[in-house]
Amino acid sequence: MTGIAESLSETWPAIRLTVSLATVTTIILMVLGTPVAWWLARSRARWKEVVATIVALPLVLPPTVLGFYLLVALGPNGPGGWIAGLFGGRSLAFTFEGLVIGSVIYSLPFVVQPIRNAFEAIGDRPLEVAATLRASPWNAFWSVAVPLARPGFLAGAVLGFAHTVGEFGVVLMIGGNIPGETRVLSVAIYDHVETLQWDKAHLLAALMLGFAFVIILAMTLIARRMGRTTP
Amino acid sequence: MSGPEETIDAAFAGRLGDFSLDARFSVPARGIAALVGPSGCGKTTILRCAAGLTRLQGSFRIGGETWQDDETGLFRKPHRRPVGYVFQEASLFSHLRVRDNLLYGARRAGPAEIDSALSFDAVVGLLGIAPLLDRAPDALSGGERQRVAIGRALLSRPRLLLMDEPLSALDRDSREDILPYLETLHDELMIPVLYVSHDMSEVDRLADSLVLMERGRVLASGPLSELEADPDLPLIRSGGAAVTLEGIVESVDETYRLTEIAIPGGRVVVPGLQGGPGAGRRLRIRASDVSFASSRPEGITILNCLPVRILGTYPRDIDESQVTVVAALGEDGAGARLIGRITKRSQEALSLHSGATVFALIKAVSLASSRPGKR
Repeated sequence: MTGIAESLSETWPAIRLTVSLATVTTIILMVLGTPVAWWLARSRARWKEVVATIVALPLVLPPTVLGFYLLVALGPNGPGGWIAGLFGGRSLAFTFEGLVIGSVIYSLPFVVQPIRNAFEAIGDRPLEVAATLRASPWNAFWSVAVPLARPGFLAGAVLGFAHTVGEFGVVLMIGGNIPGETRVLSVAIYDHVETLQWDKAHLLAALMLGFAFVIILAMTLIARRMGRTTP
Repeated sequence: MSGPEETIDAAFAGRLGDFSLDARFSVPARGIAALVGPSGCGKTTILRCAAGLTRLQGSFRIGGETWQDDETGLFRKPHRRPVGYVFQEASLFSHLRVRDNLLYGARRAGPAEIDSALSFDAVVGLLGIAPLLDRAPDALSGGERQRVAIGRALLSRPRLLLMDEPLSALDRDSREDILPYLETLHDELMIPVLYVSHDMSEVDRLADSLVLMERGRVLASGPLSELEADPDLPLIRSGGAAVTLEGIVESVDETYRLTEIAIPGGRVVVPGLQGGPGAGRRLRIRASDVSFASSRPEGITILNCLPVRILGTYPRDIDESQVTVVAALGEDGAGARLIGRITKRSQEALSLHSGATVFALIKAVSLASSRPGKR
């Protein structure tokens, strides 16, 4: 038993880092993904599917490809390096901020897609009704569209969080393996296996398995409860 | 004619996909104006344009207030137009309870006038929805939902009510349920209504004026009773052709339970006690219930036998054996118009031609409104 406690205390920084990374990423994704999803659901622009494709790219792109481009972009010679320069740094690669940027891009489709679907499912009518009842478009968005799309927002948040927790390839490419700073759970497991610390790998893997199970179960239950939007 | 302050003037033209609309009409800014025509003729599009939900070239004015005028580039956004829109489906917000649905527009419409006829309690009472206030829209029947939708529109304090076939998605019973509420609305509120319908029986009960449409054009607009008996319009040729007449109760026969009602140019007797003298009643006389006689018949059970002057006879294209007769009540032909459907043989045998003074035998007069209350 002392072995497990020891392993946990040793991997605690990785757990904390993973959770805070996923939390920050999810918050940013909700703020960023909502207007994108709204635009994709409502716009009649012909090139909107081009934008939708770009958003969906991380779904099929190998994480290492995405990670490579991000590494270049975040590095000293990319825009990331320029931004880091404003704060006295050299590069955003191998930092927590860099991980957040990478995670946001990597998990974007998992947040945008459910919210977009939910907005599309609402249709034009409730918003037209709101307009004839004197609600400005901004007001109708908050008072009608967002409450009616609630299941989509929940699904997007849960998926975005879970997907960020599970990412590996991108993190490895742009964050490396700095304990307490960029060493997240999935990287830690890889590390333990590499160094033949199987018991530690077992523990973390089991934790992740449990987490995934809970997430999917919660999602299903939420979907069942919120299938009908009720007051 | 009334001045621009008292009318609704609409003119919209444009294309929407394959459909082209070029409609222009002017109706009084009081009472109910029904937009009538076959489906796909552009009725709904006109309503959407009036609300600003669809934008076509043109102009829209109500009572001297301009909501759209493309010559000056004026276009008020939908949420800046004081309209109440009742859609075909109730379209209640499913995430809000009935009370919050009702108050959605009211909260955004600005301060209420004191003792307005459209206070929350008055509207809830008028529509009989008090028991529903704390329910979710999902838990309502179709008819209840539509009543809440009407209440929600009224509570947004509209200057104009737009109703797009509000009864067509309902079954017969719910429809009969709501019509009396609409009649009360018509009697008690001053808000003008544009009412889209393809059901003439609804129109007969509710409308004051008519805008008759066909394939994106306005065929005619004017008072209901004039258009119904206009030989140039398709209404007199339709199977259910009828006229509506505004009458006033003259006397009541308690013994035989009959009511005598004065109509322009004559008097008719209707069965039942239909309110006290002076009460307004809307009557409906179907063309198929009207026959003609060259002299006043003796020994006949029909109660209503009125002198009329024939204004014209019109053969029916779909049935050559029949003729539609348009007549005006009174020997001088100064009264309200009546239409009757007779066979061509009878027409020739009695030589019924325009200008002739004959007697109209009316087999049945029905009250257009089923409600025995005041009108």
